[in-house]
Amino acid sequence: MSTTTRVPQPYWNPYIAGIGLGLVLLAAYVIMGRGLGASGAFTTLVSAGAGAIAPDHAAANPFYAEYLGDGTRNPLLDWLVFEMIGVFVGGYLSGALAGRIRVTTEKGPNITVARRLLFAFLGGGLMGIGAKLARGCTSGQGLTGGAVLNAGSWAFMLCVFGGAYALAYFVRRQWL
Amino acid sequence: MIAPFYKYGLFGDFTSLIIAFLIGIGFGFFLERAGFGNARTLAAQFYFTDLRVFKVMFTAILTAMLGIFYLSWIGLLDLSLIYVSDTYLLPQIAGGLILGAGFVIGGYCPGTSAVSASTGRIDGAVYLLGMIAGLVVFAECFPLVESFYNATPMGRITLPELFQVPYGLLVFLIVIMAVGAFAGGSWVEKRMATRKGATHT
Repeated sequence: MSTTTRVPQPYWNPYIAGIGLGLVLLAAYVIMGRGLGASGAFTTLVSAGAGAIAPDHAAANPFYAEYLGDGTRNPLLDWLVFEMIGVFVGGYLSGALAGRIRVTTEKGPNITVARRLLFAFLGGGLMGIGAKLARGCTSGQGLTGGAVLNAGSWAFMLCVFGGAYALAYFVRRQWL
Repeated sequence: MIAPFYKYGLFGDFTSLIIAFLIGIGFGFFLERAGFGNARTLAAQFYFTDLRVFKVMFTAILTAMLGIFYLSWIGLLDLSLIYVSDTYLLPQIAGGLILGAGFVIGGYCPGTSAVSASTGRIDGAVYLLGMIAGLVVFAECFPLVESFYNATPMGRITLPELFQVPYGLLVFLIVIMAVGAFAGGSWVEKRMATRKGATHT
């Protein structure tokens, strides 16, 4: 086996990858009694940043205050923060083993890199706002709440697909 | 009942952070294997050319849902100790729509953008910066939206409770619907492939 291969391997069959992902989620429930998450880790990071830069301002804001806790422990010693560090590592490992590590920008053929990055920033911004309003993202609500049949999570998931399909036509030049 | 292990005190806080890291590695690994480190693969979902997002997501949900159902049925897993976040219907609907818009505009969701950035994608890294900016905007505006954020509280409620249907029956119905949707999705993909066959080889 050669490790210097530069041809990226194809992605896994979606059902196999889905079963793998589902078993990781199941393990989280059996071991910890909770599911997976992503946006929550970044919210903790933002809150910790606000708490470090402007402690009084952060303490006065109930949103930051919730993530900062009562001050008896470092807010970054958080389950989701450590899980997200693992996600970066796991993603890198999988990509490296399959020859898929590449410094590039993913986009359709009809859009410039600069515009694609602008859209990535705007989309990320909307994601941040939406995820907080919904109390979780596709991981924390979609997968995690979906598996335990959480009513709010299923309503949320329908709306994620609905919102994305409703807007897809207008941003098609980015992708097609 | 012996699970969830953490709730039964089998290990402490420090160990739980190591477990978080290991579970995260598995999470990131399978996200990348699924092709979710690539915005084009993810966005293809919304143009019906590659329905991987739906297939992977719902296969994962079915796997975990069935595992949780059977483990609780045989008495290993105590469902009452599992964290189910409270439902706030209207803000979750609004949040879902905004998040869906962010998904198709930016090409990622938070977890997938992390995998994208860690495999070198610049758009994934920029998306993460955008998300952090969005979180700051939300936090700073929180006093303005706080009443809507807490609107329509429904508490800890699951679909079987909401529809008054037995848990096992709903699990069964969801499996049937998902398998039907997987078959329908593959049919749509094939149709899309033949439609544009000449332009995209």
